[in-house]
Amino acid sequence: MVATTQAVATVDLLRWMPLIPLLASLINMFFGARLGRKTAGGLACAAVLASFAIALYVFWLLPATGMFRDTVYTWIESGSFQVKLSFQVDALTAVMLLVVTGIGFLIHIYSLGYMGHDEGMVRFFVYLNLFIFFMLLLVMGDNLLVLFIGWEGVGLCSYLLIGFWYHDHANTIAGNKAFIVNRIGDFGFVLGILLLITELGRQGIWTLNFMELQQHVNLLSPEKITLITLLLFVGAAGKSAQIPLFVWLPDAMAGPTPVSALIHAATMVTAGAYMTARLHFLFVLAPETLSLIATIGAATAFFAATVALTQTDIKRVLAYSTVSQLGYMFVAIGIGAFSAAIFHLFTHAFFKACLFLGSGSVIHALDGEQDMRKMGGLKAYLPTTYWTYVIATLAIAGAPFTAGFFSKDSIIWQAYSSPLGSTELWFIGWVTAGLTAFYMFRQLFLVFHGECRADEHVKAHIHESPAVMTVPLVVLAAGSIFAGWLGAPEYLWGSLWDQWLQPIFGGVHEAAHGSLTDEINLTLLTLAIGGLGFLFAYFAYGRASKLPDRLASLAGGGPYRLLLHKYYIDELYDVLIVRPFTYCSRWLAQVFDPGVIDGLVNGVAKAARGFSLIWREVQTGNVQHYLAGFLAATLALLAYFLKQQ
Amino acid sequence: MVPLEYYLILSAVIFAIGVIGVLVRRNLIVVLMSIELMLNAVNLTFIAFSRYLGSMQGQVIVFFVMAVAAAEAVIGLAIVISVFRHRRSLDPQEMQLLKW
Amino acid sequence: MAAFPFGDLSLLLAIPVIGAMLLLLIPRQKSKAHFTCALLFTSLAFLWSLNILNQFDGGKGEMQLVERVPWMRFYGIEYLVGIDGISLFLVLLTTFLMPIAILASWSVKDKIKEYLFFMLILETGMLGAFVALDLFLFYVFWEVMLIPMYFLIGVWGGPRRIYAAVKFVLYTMAGSLLMLVAIIYLATRHAQLTQVLTFDLLQLYDLHLPFHEQAWLFLAFALSFAIKVPVFPFHTWLPDAHVEAPTAGSVILAAILLKLGTYGFVRFAIPLFPAAALAAAPVIIALAVVGIIYGALVAMMQADIKKLVAYSSVSHLGFVMLGLFVFNLQGVQGGIYQMLNHGLSTGALFLLVGMIYDRRHTRMIEDFGGLWKQLPVFSALLLLVTFSSIGLPGLNGFVGEFLILLGAFAVTPGWTAAAATGMILSAIYMLWMFRRVIFGPLTKPENQKLKDLDRREILILAPVVALIIFMGVYPQPFLSRVKPSVDLTLKRVFAVQGMPTAVNTTAGGETKNDGR
Repeated sequence: MVATTQAVATVDLLRWMPLIPLLASLINMFFGARLGRKTAGGLACAAVLASFAIALYVFWLLPATGMFRDTVYTWIESGSFQVKLSFQVDALTAVMLLVVTGIGFLIHIYSLGYMGHDEGMVRFFVYLNLFIFFMLLLVMGDNLLVLFIGWEGVGLCSYLLIGFWYHDHANTIAGNKAFIVNRIGDFGFVLGILLLITELGRQGIWTLNFMELQQHVNLLSPEKITLITLLLFVGAAGKSAQIPLFVWLPDAMAGPTPVSALIHAATMVTAGAYMTARLHFLFVLAPETLSLIATIGAATAFFAATVALTQTDIKRVLAYSTVSQLGYMFVAIGIGAFSAAIFHLFTHAFFKACLFLGSGSVIHALDGEQDMRKMGGLKAYLPTTYWTYVIATLAIAGAPFTAGFFSKDSIIWQAYSSPLGSTELWFIGWVTAGLTAFYMFRQLFLVFHGECRADEHVKAHIHESPAVMTVPLVVLAAGSIFAGWLGAPEYLWGSLWDQWLQPIFGGVHEAAHGSLTDEINLTLLTLAIGGLGFLFAYFAYGRASKLPDRLASLAGGGPYRLLLHKYYIDELYDVLIVRPFTYCSRWLAQVFDPGVIDGLVNGVAKAARGFSLIWREVQTGNVQHYLAGFLAATLALLAYFLKQQ
Repeated sequence: MVPLEYYLILSAVIFAIGVIGVLVRRNLIVVLMSIELMLNAVNLTFIAFSRYLGSMQGQVIVFFVMAVAAAEAVIGLAIVISVFRHRRSLDPQEMQLLKW
Repeated sequence: MAAFPFGDLSLLLAIPVIGAMLLLLIPRQKSKAHFTCALLFTSLAFLWSLNILNQFDGGKGEMQLVERVPWMRFYGIEYLVGIDGISLFLVLLTTFLMPIAILASWSVKDKIKEYLFFMLILETGMLGAFVALDLFLFYVFWEVMLIPMYFLIGVWGGPRRIYAAVKFVLYTMAGSLLMLVAIIYLATRHAQLTQVLTFDLLQLYDLHLPFHEQAWLFLAFALSFAIKVPVFPFHTWLPDAHVEAPTAGSVILAAILLKLGTYGFVRFAIPLFPAAALAAAPVIIALAVVGIIYGALVAMMQADIKKLVAYSSVSHLGFVMLGLFVFNLQGVQGGIYQMLNHGLSTGALFLLVGMIYDRRHTRMIEDFGGLWKQLPVFSALLLLVTFSSIGLPGLNGFVGEFLILLGAFAVTPGWTAAAATGMILSAIYMLWMFRRVIFGPLTKPENQKLKDLDRREILILAPVVALIIFMGVYPQPFLSRVKPSVDLTLKRVFAVQGMPTAVNTTAGGETKNDGR
């Protein structure tokens, strides 16, 4: 079903996409202080713009079934194992490139305003450009190892950017948590890579290159493929914050808001979905893994949405929302709807980035306030922010003809109709859609409508953000509507998107069950539950109401607290994993190593000393004792030799 | 002729007295004298065997032994005098500086 | 006319000794002159080693630049030196790091003449051990290294220096005495079997002893090297030695001396006794993996930064041992590459710790915090070296680690998976340390007036950091030169008649690629 692609080499242009931001990052690192904040920031934005321009150009040139390749050099070569630093751009990569560089550019511009007064602004842009570099390596790599360089590299940048305001330990702790949880995922990822290459190696094929893997994938046995894909999915779960490795993402909100927008919404966290889509030819051969992925995706989507219902920090709501939407992407992957998954990745990048940047605008206006209970009524003060926020909220809630509507619907419908789908999957997706609408509109009403509950001195300074920040908001809001029009269902104007990605993923599954009428009905159902969520939010938060308090105290307040504290998962991990681990480490370091092992070594020394203490008694210093010894020895020898006679 | 055994027994007894003296006496000069006793007992043994076996070798060795004994007595006494000047005592039990 | 038997390698060995002798002539007060002399000769040695690199033919696996001079003819002992792909980069690492270590000793004020003298002698000792091909000669150099190190720790070290120095010497020597017995036994056995009494390693390679003999000999050699590496559970001398040693001493100890243990395995213990090595491999692999995990767990809870890095060395060298004992190209190549990487990263870590110690005279993590504000360059460099240690792709540590895991996975997936948890653990302890030292508010008043790195310190670190990045991005020049010698060594391991191979399928051995 997969169309063959022929590689057409582009002259060296591909490598400049990651290289230019890298160079800008290095220049800012060494000379940023001298250049001054404005120039450094401008350089950083220009670099990403250049990459975006190249990406557009490449996209425009790329033939429908073609692929561009740029091999830079041979990185590692050990016997038959060879890895080249080599880039490829096909339809899938082209899409990712546009998202990364395009939305990356908008966020860079936004950061000029948001970080404008921060004394670490230059350092911020160093990290941000470095991130673009690694992210581009990730999506352009033509083999798993180059992807992995980008994979870990974005982890590094995420670590640095989450802990950007390092004066507060809470931020750097969050950065550590992100990196370490990601590393746990990477552990699985690496094992998956090792298993893949070793198994193929037993058949004489030594490669991690995607095209070559796809050609030889049938050399692997189904059990091995299942194991490999499971391990790879562990990596994806870590990076894309799926159960059970999602715990780092909400804490990652400690970073500056542009970081949350770029890294933890639009790009890095989607790397897991991208990697799985890239290796789709492997995953489709492992139905058990796919089924697991779908289950975890659905569970994550639902679970995160429930937590988002109760959160009071504006960014935390969006964080859990991101986890939830990522869950949707994995549901799509799990049912083999790779095109739909990437489509949702695409639209989500627009509206989630818009939401995050909008929240950044709010935070900026309120002088750093992030608690929604201290917001309200901002509609009047921040009109541009408000309207873009409305559009993005409509998009994520799946309002008709917004981007989210098309992408989410595609997933929900295929969850029902695909041969790998099921009614249960559909149901969870459907309910989550309702929850999504509810918590997003809850947020909208709490922040922008009603009375302004901010402190007096904060209220006095509320101002709309400068153009540098509002223009990206507008662009992203526009994307939140129109980006989705690329992927309309068949009964409307058809999906340009699916066509574009067809050479890679090979077309959408034929609906296993359900007909056109079902599709339209389910869409209406989804709209209905979305509308229900909206209404519920309106009645609870859109106007003064006792409903939230009554709900919170339902059943003694237990369920509310459970959700508020995110099911106590962090506490659970702490008790089950962190504490025993720390205890064990401490015991080894303070008791076992010095006491037992070193004790043995020092024990030998002590034993030698003990013997010495006993034997030295012979040396009395008294010559007559020594002479007595001579005598005794002589007599003994004499007796011995006489016996011999 | 006096039987050889008589000489040997006499020699052994003198040697034993010398040994005991070296080991037990608490006066360095007496210790040195005991050493002389041991040496002379050995001399006696050599001469007895020389007479008995008719060989001059025994008596030649006696000369060596006497020379060594003299030299050793000289040095020993010199050390004893030096020690006495430092410690005003001739008791070997009191000279335990090389004790552990 | 007889050709002058000593060549480039001997000159390399001689340069530091000549420098040491000249150093003795300089009067005691002129410490500037001492430094200049020491720097001059160590730099000369480095440049000369570059010349040797230039002469080295990267396509050949056999020993090159061999020099053979009879020494004690009666016993079959010769002065026999040579260099191949495996020892080439270890020699370069040594000559590269010595000038840096000398520069890092700037803060030593007391008895600097003797200090530099010992450093120079130490350099010759290490270089000699890497190039010696006569077993007796190798043993001489092996022991020669101990004496200067003992003095460096014992005289210029920290509060518990005597304990640490004595422990270091006695522990290492106990192992090497057994090795001496084994060496003598090996030579005499060779004489019995071939009527030729020699300590020449290359001839002894061809001696194929029965398994039970090999086993004991291997154990004797292995014990000595295992203590040096150090392999769990013979590691407890290392934390004490590192903590108490002066900065340059720690750098040399970690970067080079430890590699002599692993080098000893790959040069002597494995190819001399292949059957025994193959049989011992499961145990050693197990110990290596235990070392990886154990080292990391213990490192986490250390309060002294130097001790933390010391235990991290145990962990990292566990990876090297794992790579060496899976007996395939990727594993051994990765192991050797990781030796070089570890030398650079851990050397850099100790240099950085030394710099902060020079300022604050403490190495306790709790005494720091928030240093990024005061010392941005220091913090940035520490960040880079930390991530090199953790194995971030793009830096040197990843290449070696990945090759080792790749080689090991083909042989023993279970132990490899356990070893891979080292990825997670190393991130945990390094990042935790980094956070407590560098991030956070700058609370302690003593830290608020600290100066960032000065020119000398940047000069010391820059080459190391540059290599760390270079070796991560472009490892081929190193890997390609190491490969032929590794192939040769592996051939020796598997050439024994009728021995079952521990390895099933691997990438490597016969390939069409020549060393480039």
